[in-house]
Amino acid sequence: MTVRSPIFRFVTDDDRVFKALADPTRRFLLDQLFARDGRTLTELESELEMSRFGVMKHLRVLEDAGLVVTRRSGREKLHFLNPVPIRLIHDRWIDKYTERQVSALADLKHELEGETA
Amino acid sequence: MTTSTGTAVTTQVYRVYIKATPQAIWDAITKPEWTERYGYGGLSEYDLRPGGAYRAFASQAMKKAGAEMGFPTPDVVVDGEVIEADPPRKLVQTWRMLMDPDTAAEGFTRLTYEIVGGKGGVTKLTVAHEVEGAPKLAVLLAGGLEETGAGGGWSWVLSDLKSLLETGSPMDAGNPLNQG
Repeated sequence: MTVRSPIFRFVTDDDRVFKALADPTRRFLLDQLFARDGRTLTELESELEMSRFGVMKHLRVLEDAGLVVTRRSGREKLHFLNPVPIRLIHDRWIDKYTERQVSALADLKHELEGETA
Repeated sequence: MTTSTGTAVTTQVYRVYIKATPQAIWDAITKPEWTERYGYGGLSEYDLRPGGAYRAFASQAMKKAGAEMGFPTPDVVVDGEVIEADPPRKLVQTWRMLMDPDTAAEGFTRLTYEIVGGKGGVTKLTVAHEVEGAPKLAVLLAGGLEETGAGGGWSWVLSDLKSLLETGSPMDAGNPLNQG
């Protein structure tokens, strides 16, 4: 990385999330967990035409990004979708731009209604 | 989020990494002067020993929001009992949402906070909420009612907690539920 902004070191968590989301298989795995949370590797694997090792690798990337959290239940290791990193990205990135859109529309409304200050 | 049974399906797990000490996070969860500053903003009261009572009180903002939506807000909005308190590492408790008669009727759920300190002063906070038999509460906790003004559930609360501890101010300063 060549960016030398002091802010950059705070951005690495976001980087991991964006990278994890930039793959259709990983998004598919998240969708599977969204539909039904707390699945085993075997269950997740059965939904994909992919080796167990391949699925494990993808789950690892999702776990490193904090998007998947595993917990033991008896002898099983269960995978849970953790929505918090997406929430943080939403608050940090999405809100910023949608707010602007909304305020632009609000300005337009005021202008059309002749209320500009 | 489905009607299937089994603990896996009916547990919600949330994790957030916060640049704060485990003790700071423990305090933010258990002390009223902190709990009023993020998320739903109610004052929490804990008797931190097995069998001890837990109560979260409605903030003025919560009461106001409730009145605007046409329902009365009880003074105690969440109650429960401490099962295990191991400061600043682990807190297990029961948890019942009394704000809405439907969720109150679903009864007590089980909530676990796990706090693990890591390198670089970053602490891992994991919240596991077992919501078996409480489908309405499950929707609320997952943020499914955010559009209706009911707050964004756990991911919203934890994001706000992270903001508060890392920056000194909550994320949504403009959120009416935070103006308690």
